[in-house]
Amino acid sequence: MNTTLSWVKAYVPDLDVTAQEYTDAMTLTGTKVEGYVAADRDLDKIVIGQIEQIEKHPDADKLIVCQVNIGEKTIQIVTGAPNVHVGDKVPAVLDGGRVAGNHDGKMTEGGIEIKKGKLRGIESNGMMCSIEELGSTRDLYPEAPEYGIYIFPEDAEVGADAVAALGLNDVTFEYEITSNRVDCFSVIGIAREAAATFGKEFHPPVVNETPSRPAKGNAEADDKKQASDYVKVTVQDTDLCPRYTARVVKNIRIAPSPKWMQRRLAAAGIRPINNIVDITNYVMEEYGQPMHAYDYDTLAGHEIIVRRAAKDEKFTTLDGQERTMDENVVMICDGEKSVGIGGIMGGENSMITDDVKTMMFEAACFDGTNIRLSSKRIGLRTDASSIFEKGLDPNNAEEAINRACQLIEELDAGDVVPGIVDVYPTVKEPVRIPFEPEKINALLGTDISAEQMLAYFKKIDLGYDETANEVIAPTFRQDLFRTADLAEEVARFYGYDNIPMTLPSGEATTGRRSFEMRVRDVAQEVAEFCGFSQGMSYSFESPKVFDKLMLPEDSQLRQAIKISNPLGEDYSIMRTTPMNGMLTSLAFNYNHGNKDVRLYELGNVYIAKELPLTELPDERMQFTLGMYGEGDASTKDGEGNFFVMKGVVEEFLEKAGLNGRITYDPESNIPYLHPTRQANIIYNKKKLGFLGQVHPTVANDAYGIGERVFVAVLDMPEITPLAGFDRKYTGIARFPAATRDISMLVPKTVLAGQIETMILQREGKILESCRLFDVYEGKQIQKGFKSMAFSLTFRAKDRTLDEKDITSSMKKIWNGLESLGAEIRS
Amino acid sequence: MKDRLQSIREDALAQIQEADMLDRLNDVRVNFLGKKGELTAILKSMKEIPPEERPAFGQLVNETRTQIETALDESKKKLEKIALDASLKGERIDVTLPAKRSKIGHRHPNTIAREEVERIFVGMGYEVIEGPEIEYDLYNFEKLNIPANHPAKDEQDTFYINKDIVLRTQTSPVQARVMEQGKLPIRMISPGRVFRSDEVDATHSPSFHQIEGLVVDKNVTFADLKGTLEVFAKELFGEETKTKFRPHHFPFTEPSAEMDVSCFKCGGKGCRFCKGSGWIEILGCGMVHPHVFEMCGIDPDVYTGFAFGVGLERIALLKYEIDDMRLLYENDERFLNQF
Repeated sequence: MNTTLSWVKAYVPDLDVTAQEYTDAMTLTGTKVEGYVAADRDLDKIVIGQIEQIEKHPDADKLIVCQVNIGEKTIQIVTGAPNVHVGDKVPAVLDGGRVAGNHDGKMTEGGIEIKKGKLRGIESNGMMCSIEELGSTRDLYPEAPEYGIYIFPEDAEVGADAVAALGLNDVTFEYEITSNRVDCFSVIGIAREAAATFGKEFHPPVVNETPSRPAKGNAEADDKKQASDYVKVTVQDTDLCPRYTARVVKNIRIAPSPKWMQRRLAAAGIRPINNIVDITNYVMEEYGQPMHAYDYDTLAGHEIIVRRAAKDEKFTTLDGQERTMDENVVMICDGEKSVGIGGIMGGENSMITDDVKTMMFEAACFDGTNIRLSSKRIGLRTDASSIFEKGLDPNNAEEAINRACQLIEELDAGDVVPGIVDVYPTVKEPVRIPFEPEKINALLGTDISAEQMLAYFKKIDLGYDETANEVIAPTFRQDLFRTADLAEEVARFYGYDNIPMTLPSGEATTGRRSFEMRVRDVAQEVAEFCGFSQGMSYSFESPKVFDKLMLPEDSQLRQAIKISNPLGEDYSIMRTTPMNGMLTSLAFNYNHGNKDVRLYELGNVYIAKELPLTELPDERMQFTLGMYGEGDASTKDGEGNFFVMKGVVEEFLEKAGLNGRITYDPESNIPYLHPTRQANIIYNKKKLGFLGQVHPTVANDAYGIGERVFVAVLDMPEITPLAGFDRKYTGIARFPAATRDISMLVPKTVLAGQIETMILQREGKILESCRLFDVYEGKQIQKGFKSMAFSLTFRAKDRTLDEKDITSSMKKIWNGLESLGAEIRS
Repeated sequence: MKDRLQSIREDALAQIQEADMLDRLNDVRVNFLGKKGELTAILKSMKEIPPEERPAFGQLVNETRTQIETALDESKKKLEKIALDASLKGERIDVTLPAKRSKIGHRHPNTIAREEVERIFVGMGYEVIEGPEIEYDLYNFEKLNIPANHPAKDEQDTFYINKDIVLRTQTSPVQARVMEQGKLPIRMISPGRVFRSDEVDATHSPSFHQIEGLVVDKNVTFADLKGTLEVFAKELFGEETKTKFRPHHFPFTEPSAEMDVSCFKCGGKGCRFCKGSGWIEILGCGMVHPHVFEMCGIDPDVYTGFAFGVGLERIALLKYEIDDMRLLYENDERFLNQF
């Protein structure tokens, strides 16, 4: 919503503020001013001059030398403009003045300074200018010539301020009006707020109930006829059209509207067309009520029927487009055919042309929601529909149509037929709210007197019924229903800034974060200490991700939740795996030349219980780690980072209190991971997640990362219930330990983990630790075998172990290992 | 005898004084106190002394021995210190050589901002509660006083899964979920991810984060809302921060407000950062709408409350002077490493 200061002042004549004061004060009472632009910000020293004499320039064919009377004196100006004549009154910029731009319409920030000088040897003491140089356009000033100097009407006062005469000494404010204040989408609504804000008198236009006067020229026989004699209105669907008013104007005299109206519209950015169109636009701005004018003679049967459209009804709107309706669109019809889409756009078949003789004005009220949905469905959003969709006050329609007819008469644009046709079956009544000043003060934390509150209400036209002790909210205030609403009205005029600042005084509460968050904190800390930085990626992604990750057609992960109105296919499904986000982030880093990148993310995946979704999905927080670079060189086939990753996983699980043994199952079969470098992470027989090297086809081909990429994913909902931060001191060992090394040849297929498991099973409760310290495969070793060496530390809590204890343990361990096919060497 | 003892002592002390190396000092010890040392020799010759003089003489010998030992120890310590000083001098390092740092990861600026906000409110007795990101329309809209077909649904550019389930457009649904449980009083904040169908650009993202706050109790006032948020602003942006409340509209609060804070870049004088106004819009807030209470089974005649919602990215962008929102989701290490 935009208004000009001058238009607001038309209803608040005593308003005398600067643009900045207006902006600040209006914003603090709730009418937020987003910004303002002064039309004359780059115009300076421009007066109305009258050309008294024109001579040819002695040295230039295209230039002329003019003597221009600027009031107190006459100055010489050289120009190349072709359209000036002796006697013309023109805008003349004086020496040292400024214009806003060039005559081609190009604006210059800060304006262009005009200085006296010589043009081809002849002195020129200023410049005559075009409407474009004054910062406006021919659209808004249709009387301006296409190319040339703007010419003022003959009655313009020589020497007067040309900027003021053009109405350019005005400021346009842009507001952010909230959806609850439909009344403020009009100049009158804004002016009412301005008057209340600055404590000035509010003078809205005075409109006669049904203005009319005798037709001009020959009195006709139908002089006595009322609007209702001209047109019959039937509203079939009153739910969608609660009110329909119509008035008739005959002997239409299409002409340009007067300059004051053109100026006011131009300043609001509306292009003046002719008196009828301009009046419609003017009232729409002024009252916030869109209207439509029909050519009365095209209305079959001279009647109007408001009904729902037929299914798939075709209708040509006044822009010449044929459109398809559905049965929820409100159509305005005559006796035979549709003539307009209610609240959205009129029809080509009934529109006003220059030959119109009699017209019918319509000011109606339509159901806002239906207009909004209809306009969406048929793909046509207009100025009118964008206002109607806010849901207008039906009581405003009559005032607005009468105002339009009043202007028709004032502008002599036609003869208004007396009377109004008004179909308004259920009159909207004002809302009455009990006046409870103590409750208002209790809610605000203030001590404002009841009288003061009533004074605020009065300023914004809220009534007060003293007997019933009720505040009466006029129907244009569609946002006032209960005490809390009145409290806001009190607060905004008392001043939000004047309300004190206190802290809640009630019962104390305990501040806390959940256990789940604490486990997440540990994940973050461990990841960061291990060199991983936190990334964040979108929750939605492309369904193509599944192919990039080489997931088979029947993969559960493809059962993703789809967004019905996504931003595009690339953001159309809710992720079921964090892998794409991580790989995309790593790829971004790789493509930007970042070396040795380590990232982690804590974010949800969304697992549907069933598709299509009938209940909320399972949102599972995934702790994802990803890395490439560094470490690759240290191992033969670049597998080193697998164990770096494994280390981070174990550090985290231990810090989170999962102190038992973590095992790794290589049969994880994850298609986007390297087939022989991946494992599930198992704890207490539960799968907590997985880790591995990303399959080279995925990393290199699908994501373009030219290095080995390693990832680990931990499912936080599995981990949280196992986590704990309760630690117990178990004492420091007091008896000595004994260490034994065990070296063996084992078939290649036997995993270190299996050997470890076997050792732990057989040790007999005296093993303190077991550490693999050497693995070797090579020439000296029998084919199909590898050499492995473990260091075992034995210790008892309550005694010094003797050799017997250790030998018996070692024996059991040996036997166990031999059952795995191991050949013990020492 | 006594004279000899005297001269031994003087000799010994003189030699100790002269010894400038530990080896020599040791020689002195051996020469005087060793098995074949002079003092030992004297002790051995005790038998030549009449028995009645022996105790006095013995004492004299011991005193001499103690004197020599003390002198030896002192000198040894001195020499050891000199030797250590000399050796440490030789171990001089260039302290300006680069540090050896283990690579430590960096936290996302969004998380840092979230933690700051959480710290402030947890300290004021608020509980941090999370809610689902995929949410029923009922909680995201209906229970927040945004009925079916309300234009606010369009304003918020909702992503729909189907007509009943949406990607939540705000963290406010957690309010309704908590109030419904009926445990009063409530002081909570709820951080989390929200979604709106905005195309990605420097200031928009279809996925971002909010923190919702809610207080419900008897006698909670708009003044309490102002006071609480003033504390929050000062904690977050610095003690000198000023706040300004402007009327606004949200369907689930009445009265509603937007809060501006004085520009922390220019202190309120007006700069490019605050577009010359001296103020920066930071959050929306208001008193919980009585109808929202009614829908959640709380009696608005007994309880009042306030709620606020703040955009995490907005805080992160402002506080850390990040000029493009896209940076937050590219996860470029060169960006992340700056936090």
